[in-house]
Amino acid sequence: MKIRVNENVVDWTGKNDVGSVKQFYKSDADVILCDGAPVSADFPIKENSSVVLIKRGELPSKEEMAALMRSRNPDYFLPALSNAVIAIGGAGGLGSAVAISLARSFVGTLIIADYDVVEPSNLNRQHYFVDQIGMPKVEALKENLLRINPYLNVVVHNQRITAENVVEIFGDADIVAECFDTAAAKAMLTENVLAKMKCPFVAVSGVAGHADVERIVSRKIGSRMVVIGDGVSAAEPGRGLTAAKVGVAANLQACKIVEILVDKYRENNS
Amino acid sequence: MKITVNGETRSFDESLSLMKLIEAFSLNPNHLVVELNREVVQRDTFADTNLSDGDMVELIEFVAGG
Repeated sequence: MKIRVNENVVDWTGKNDVGSVKQFYKSDADVILCDGAPVSADFPIKENSSVVLIKRGELPSKEEMAALMRSRNPDYFLPALSNAVIAIGGAGGLGSAVAISLARSFVGTLIIADYDVVEPSNLNRQHYFVDQIGMPKVEALKENLLRINPYLNVVVHNQRITAENVVEIFGDADIVAECFDTAAAKAMLTENVLAKMKCPFVAVSGVAGHADVERIVSRKIGSRMVVIGDGVSAAEPGRGLTAAKVGVAANLQACKIVEILVDKYRENNS
Repeated sequence: MKITVNGETRSFDESLSLMKLIEAFSLNPNHLVVELNREVVQRDTFADTNLSDGDMVELIEFVAGG
């Protein structure tokens, strides 16, 4: 009968209990799941059962990891995203969240640039941990991303992006994400990517405060630029930045990046 | 002369620079990206870029936060 073992379809001809499957495929597994629930070795399997065998603390192989990612992401994600190179300017509230969603989507390479270190005040919305305070953000983010997907290619630049170095640092990217904090830095990166590079560009403007999240929209400008945000909610004294609202904008940014990659893949394979 | 700004056509006096247009909208030139007839204009040339009748200008404003 056909069953799935760690998300790979196999033709199982042995005894119909999960213990036998475990013995054959991964005898040192500590945890057995059948159709999503933990079970004991005598649990019966049937046609189309999905058996997951886990050895605690063991790193899955790249193939196993790909199968696990494929099992919940849409089936075209792997071919459309796994060779993509995405550049992220800024590893704060937007950039750290964009990076994590793209890592979970099995994007191939992330190029991340930021010159900040993790500060205690960053933890209200940025994807860092208390024990990473004081680390360069790009190093801390790389560490966190590789805990999610150890096969992600993460290229980090612990430096400020300027008009002079943007092409050198982001030149290989298929898409650039603008994830900076100040209005001037956002405008600088946008101007330079649009003027000097040919790839799509996804920027953010207007994400401060905690309310009116429904006003965050995605606007297409010209043929290759998308701007996400409400366009007016600026971060200023008395109006801070919150995890939930910045997270919405960041994930809208990640959604748009994925959409552009999937559209391109479908165009090239239709 | 007529200039289209962010999709809306408006009338302006002759000899208007991009910088004067930005000032007319009370915008901070350092927080903007400007496209003139779909080409990005480098910000150090805003004052020297003169607009002509029929030009299409896109003023993309950024506010802080991320």
